[in-house]
Amino acid sequence: MASPDAIAHLLRRATFGPTADEVDAAVRAGFDATLDRLLEPVGTDPGASASPTPKLGPDPYSTIGKSASREQRQEANKRRTEQVRQLQQWWLERMVTAEHQLTEKLVFFWHGHWATSVQKVKSAPLMLGQLDTLRRYGRGGFDALVAAMVRDPAMILWLDGEKNTRKAPNENLARELMELFTLGIGHYTEPDVKAGAKALTGWAVDRATGVARLEPKRHDTDPKTILGRTDTFDADSYARLLAAQPQAAEFVRNRLWARFAGTDTPPTGGSGSVGAGPDITAMLRAVLTDPAFARSRGQLVKQPVEWAVGAMRQLGIRPSALSEQQRKQVQSGLSGMDQVLLRPPSVGGWPAGTAWLTTSSLQARMRLADLLATAAGPVAGQRLGAAPEAGRVDALARLLVVDRWTERTRAALAPLAAKPDRLIAAGLVSPEYTVS
Amino acid sequence: MDILTRRKFLIASGVVGAGALAAGAAAYTLTDLLATGNEQGPGGRTLVLVTLYGGNDGLNTVVPYADPAYHDARPEIAYSAEEVKRLDDSVGLNPAMGGLHGLFGQGRLAIVRGVGYPKPDRSHFRSMDIWQTASPDRPGNTGWIGRWLDGAGGDPRLAVSFESALPPLLAGVHGAGASVPVAGRAMRGGLPDRTLAAFAADSPDESPAQARAAACFADLRSVDQMIAQVRDAAEEPVDGTDPERPAATSTGGARTSLEAQLDLVAQCVEARVATRVFSVSLGGFDSHADEKQLQAVLLGQVDRALSGFAARMSRTEAGREVVVAVYSEFGRRVRANASEGTDHGTASNVFLLGAGVRGGLYGEQPSLTDLDDGDLKFTVDFRDVYATLLDRVLGADPGQVLADWPGRRDDLFDRV
Repeated sequence: MASPDAIAHLLRRATFGPTADEVDAAVRAGFDATLDRLLEPVGTDPGASASPTPKLGPDPYSTIGKSASREQRQEANKRRTEQVRQLQQWWLERMVTAEHQLTEKLVFFWHGHWATSVQKVKSAPLMLGQLDTLRRYGRGGFDALVAAMVRDPAMILWLDGEKNTRKAPNENLARELMELFTLGIGHYTEPDVKAGAKALTGWAVDRATGVARLEPKRHDTDPKTILGRTDTFDADSYARLLAAQPQAAEFVRNRLWARFAGTDTPPTGGSGSVGAGPDITAMLRAVLTDPAFARSRGQLVKQPVEWAVGAMRQLGIRPSALSEQQRKQVQSGLSGMDQVLLRPPSVGGWPAGTAWLTTSSLQARMRLADLLATAAGPVAGQRLGAAPEAGRVDALARLLVVDRWTERTRAALAPLAAKPDRLIAAGLVSPEYTVS
Repeated sequence: MDILTRRKFLIASGVVGAGALAAGAAAYTLTDLLATGNEQGPGGRTLVLVTLYGGNDGLNTVVPYADPAYHDARPEIAYSAEEVKRLDDSVGLNPAMGGLHGLFGQGRLAIVRGVGYPKPDRSHFRSMDIWQTASPDRPGNTGWIGRWLDGAGGDPRLAVSFESALPPLLAGVHGAGASVPVAGRAMRGGLPDRTLAAFAADSPDESPAQARAAACFADLRSVDQMIAQVRDAAEEPVDGTDPERPAATSTGGARTSLEAQLDLVAQCVEARVATRVFSVSLGGFDSHADEKQLQAVLLGQVDRALSGFAARMSRTEAGREVVVAVYSEFGRRVRANASEGTDHGTASNVFLLGAGVRGGLYGEQPSLTDLDDGDLKFTVDFRDVYATLLDRVLGADPGQVLADWPGRRDDLFDRV
């Protein structure tokens, strides 16, 4: 029989941040039923339906011709920037409102994994398309996900795939595909990169329609040797070859482990101990039920987006209900903590672990905590305010689903008990809340 | 900064050299002494490391313009003999680097060619890790400056980065350098200082990650104090907002301009803060297509920022003790690809300028015809350069930081 603490731990990791009511309901349902509901939710998600995918319309640049004037281009740029902002705000809203939380968290996980930035892709519709791909393929077989991603228009633009031709291959996508997305360093060679690049030659992206298509004349149809196999590889067969490598399963399992369990190394006992086979949901189930997962409490540094979304869920804040000014502050707060949705810092994705714990990110976190505490919904305020002053520090722990405060933090929080908004802001930046 | 402020500042920041002792400044602790005492070697200098993220194409930076093989390999993106800023009758600087060309002419810029390491790795991340950890053989999780910091007492103020995420460079075994945002001074929202102080306390029953989160409060308070005093002392506060944000980058690097970062470094140096190593960076060198123009824009930014910094540093005594080193994770393939770009390669150049640096060309220019599977063969190991910087700039024993690496390039610096 799993303890309430174990269930709270599961929810903290498998969602963006559970509310106290959600923890209560999960404790009543039990660990296994909660896990099943997280991994394979049934029915429609009313929270997701309440934050429908935005209708962005076409890329503003695709509607102006090559001979467009400077003013037209500036106008297109402005509208493009606006589309990106709209997409970022929608995604944040979706993360907060979705009830199928693990579904959303997996999309965010894969976004950090495939780490595509709109800064280079320069198209909100293509980024939205990639998010759809991650949502559709992100919880099934890994082979289908890899095959979908090498043909994803945003991915192709991000890693110069459209510059990759038979005559002089561009190796960027093939290299990062093996190094960062499927196998990891040490499991392929430089000749594999060169041959992989040839397999991916010929893809082009039509920005007007947002579709990637193969231009047969630019595709290299010669036999290529990749990872010891010789064949006339194309994007699909190359993707299948990568996903079928034993290292691919181990690689993805390790990434899932790092992001959901947070300790440096997956538990020992062979790679099979954290699940087997390249099915993502099965691998994730193995991670979340591993005995070492239960012991990983207090070891995972929350990513800034996880921290902010979790806080908004617990404090009853809907991003869309914030004022324009406050939404900007949320955006600049995330930027100050170095995590802006759709803008990973590099194709390697965001840093992890204590890399988030810097003096400068702490400053940004304190500013954003202030805003969130001020914007907290009436329920949060009532719950704290209803408690007598002496009990407010404990009421805060319940509100933020923190198992227990250390004596250090209790001493820091106690003097703020008379001012609930200060108390909430301090709780949000406390070490116990920063780390999950 | 007037003398009184300076005195207060020295005490506050923990700088306790012999002069301060003689003057009877009393407000320091034994820990302060230990933290700053053992690295006041013969060259008590400041190191500014400039990282160019994305793999700067070394062959179009220091251009072997007289080599026909250069023009054959990359006809679309090669620079002609007429375009380059000549360094000698075989190599010249990128046309965008007029300022550094001038410094070279004055004997103030050293260019080390062919810098790399055995069995080069062409992954941005692994390669940058190798440069920052100085550990090519196996993955390391501490940076070479972080290990130096461990030996120097671990005060985060000794090694400061103006990137908002901490580069691996500054991570040590026991602690890490500080990262300080360029824009604005510390903001603590509505929380009183006593709350921050309380959060900074140790708690025996917590995980290492939580302990690190708590330590951030202590670091922030000390770094904030240091930077606040620098800014108070400055006549004009730095405006950290950058009007022209650098181009998109898929391989990291700071998003504030190199100039803004170096401006803050200059202020800190002039205020004689405790910091001995500054880490600044510029991203965006990860061009694989239409590379020539983009690289020239970026190198122009580097050139303006560095030559302006060098000029400013030459005007003060503290500034004349500063050494700047510029590097990137690797150079590029000799042969261009079809999209007028180049793919990941190997050896490249390291630039050094500042205190005691003897200008000139160093290291052998790698051959463009005797290649390692299309890539340059390195001629100077980057650890030789690091060892020399540790010794001559930081006055530290390189052996402890670089696993007893024996190489040196003592010729890069004037004799003591």
